[in-house]
Amino acid sequence: MKYVDEYRDPALAGALLEEIRQTVTRPWVVMEICGGHTHAIMKNGIDQLLPGQVELVHGPGCPVCVTPVETLDRAVAIAARPEVIFTSFGDMLRVPGSVSSLFMAKSAGADVRMVYSPLEAVAMARQNPEREVVFLAVGFETTAPGNAMALLQAKREGLTNFSLLASHVLAPPAIRALLASPFNRVQGYLAPGHVCTVMGWREYEPLAEEFRVPIVVTGFEPIDILAGLLRVLRQLEAGSHVVENQYGRSVSREGNRAAQRVVDEVFAVSDRPWRGIGVLPASGLVIRDELAAYDAERKFAVESISVRESALCKSGSVLQGLIKPDSCPAFGRECTPEHPLGATMVSGEGACAAYYKYHRNCPAAPHQLCHRPAHVQ
Amino acid sequence: MTHVNPEDFSCPLPIMEYETIQLAHGSGGRLSAELVSRFFLPRFGNETLDRLEDQAVVDFPQGRLALTTDSFVVDPLFFPGGDIGDLAINGTVNDVCMSGATPLYLAVAFIIEEGLPMTTLHRVLLSMERAAKTAGVQIVTGDTKVVNRGCCDKLFITTTGVGRVPDKLNVSAANLKIGDRVILSGTIADHGMAILTSREGLSFESRVKSDTASLNGLVEQMLHVSSAIHAMRDPTRGGLATTLNEFAAASRVGIMLEETAIPVRPEVRGACEVLGIEPMYVANEGKLVAVVPQEVADRMVAVMRSHHLGREARVIGEVVADNPGLVAMRTVLGAHRIIDMPVGEQLPRIC
Repeated sequence: MKYVDEYRDPALAGALLEEIRQTVTRPWVVMEICGGHTHAIMKNGIDQLLPGQVELVHGPGCPVCVTPVETLDRAVAIAARPEVIFTSFGDMLRVPGSVSSLFMAKSAGADVRMVYSPLEAVAMARQNPEREVVFLAVGFETTAPGNAMALLQAKREGLTNFSLLASHVLAPPAIRALLASPFNRVQGYLAPGHVCTVMGWREYEPLAEEFRVPIVVTGFEPIDILAGLLRVLRQLEAGSHVVENQYGRSVSREGNRAAQRVVDEVFAVSDRPWRGIGVLPASGLVIRDELAAYDAERKFAVESISVRESALCKSGSVLQGLIKPDSCPAFGRECTPEHPLGATMVSGEGACAAYYKYHRNCPAAPHQLCHRPAHVQ
Repeated sequence: MTHVNPEDFSCPLPIMEYETIQLAHGSGGRLSAELVSRFFLPRFGNETLDRLEDQAVVDFPQGRLALTTDSFVVDPLFFPGGDIGDLAINGTVNDVCMSGATPLYLAVAFIIEEGLPMTTLHRVLLSMERAAKTAGVQIVTGDTKVVNRGCCDKLFITTTGVGRVPDKLNVSAANLKIGDRVILSGTIADHGMAILTSREGLSFESRVKSDTASLNGLVEQMLHVSSAIHAMRDPTRGGLATTLNEFAAASRVGIMLEETAIPVRPEVRGACEVLGIEPMYVANEGKLVAVVPQEVADRMVAVMRSHHLGREARVIGEVVADNPGLVAMRTVLGAHRIIDMPVGEQLPRIC
């Protein structure tokens, strides 16, 4: 398939791996921010092919995983209202809140529907004028323009029965929080290619400068990841710390200006809690006051929500790159994709789900399938 | 899209009082009798069915019996490459013949929603007739129920099939032996992606067609090569990944696959990439995966390739001693990953 196969070419991957081997002279810790990267790394087994000195740490870039439990509880409460058609991408439906998930709400009678685009939800609002259609808008900067467009589309059509339950997050504040942490071990970053397609990479330049870390904007195919990693490692070996762009076929320094304008028209930046991490300043997007009529959080007053998290779940440490998923005592025991304790085990982009799906420990024969570099505790 | 099928012209819609199904069509009274005599018998009629007894009484060759039943609730009823009618025949024929059995008879039960257009039912029956003829099976008994509007979605079909298992044949998921080869009959994920891309709301153009087909002809040829087929299944819901996991678990062995050996049509791969779906987990309705001893694998593949439903047959992996119960894959890059059972419903009502 064009534009895909050339980025999965085994010969090219072999050449890049060889270059990485020749570049690296000492141990380095590199974080991939984005859950899409984590899954591509696990799925292709890239971590098994890297020299032992290169440790990959998985970042908090899974929007489903960092969506606060309050938001999920609020979603379940709104979905339970008889007038509401609650719509969401499939990923969010299974994520457990305090007591229930959207799937459980559905089987209890709520009208919960999976959509592939927020515009489908707008169409439902058009076709069901007597119902209230709510779309659960989660994601990083990548999905914000589409959700903003859906809201503007509903506004243009004069639909008063469409609203967003918005829970958007921004990548750079999370990277800043991780870098500023006293526990930080990460020396270089693969920056999220799709976030940067929308936002460009200017925001990353002050981070690279202030914390003296190389940051490479990277795509999602195996060749992209290896090439991005090679660039980070070259900078680390040379003592350099600038932002580079490996994902040139999609990303420019300025990003997609039109998309940024739409996001800015609909959303304002605000402080926001990240599940497992805590409140990060100026790290989320909320619907602007003048569009409050389209904000499900304000439209449907939900009584105070008391949040309960599993005491066993260590997803916060996983999201911050402090532990690997399989170092969590609940991993693969109390916590599996069938019975997830935290969102990192549910989401298609969660690091725990990736470990479980592709590399979980196989007690009977701990050899190549269970490969873990020796230096990972 | 209007799809004109030349074969429809040879079987015009029977003239009926009503253009849509009425509750009375399921009453057991006059309208029921009319539906059976004008709609069902002309399509499926045979000596046994024509007797219209409460049960089919049929001759059965001596030996062991394979018996299976399956309900079909696919949405939409008509999709690129097939419809609920041929799916209901092929699905049950395939379940029978995966034991190595020769499918002989089918029983068919319809649950019809009040208001279903007669033309829709007729189109489904025509396609069932064709599929049964192709598979060489007789529909010998059946049942029709009509439920109130809203109590089922248009049309559900349940088919039950019986077949005769050749003597001494023992095909089972628990029979895998270390060193066996895993053979796949063709491309994966066609059916599931055809359904998904034809659903409302997914408005991208697609040429993806379902692979629905009855595999008993192919199986018959395979059994000529060797009766030593250890395990065989058609990977429907849950896809190839699920079937192979069931094999590995039942036989307590590992399975190692080659990622590059598993064929996926470019248009299917494209749709999977766009929607973020893994083809290994997507349903097939006209493919089989067989596990055979290493020494017959090459001959088996050659014979399968001579059949039109096995043209792209190939060895995709082998049975290994490592990691019993687990399916793993050598990735394009030469690393390894686990191919796990899917969690949760990937896509409801695909068959």
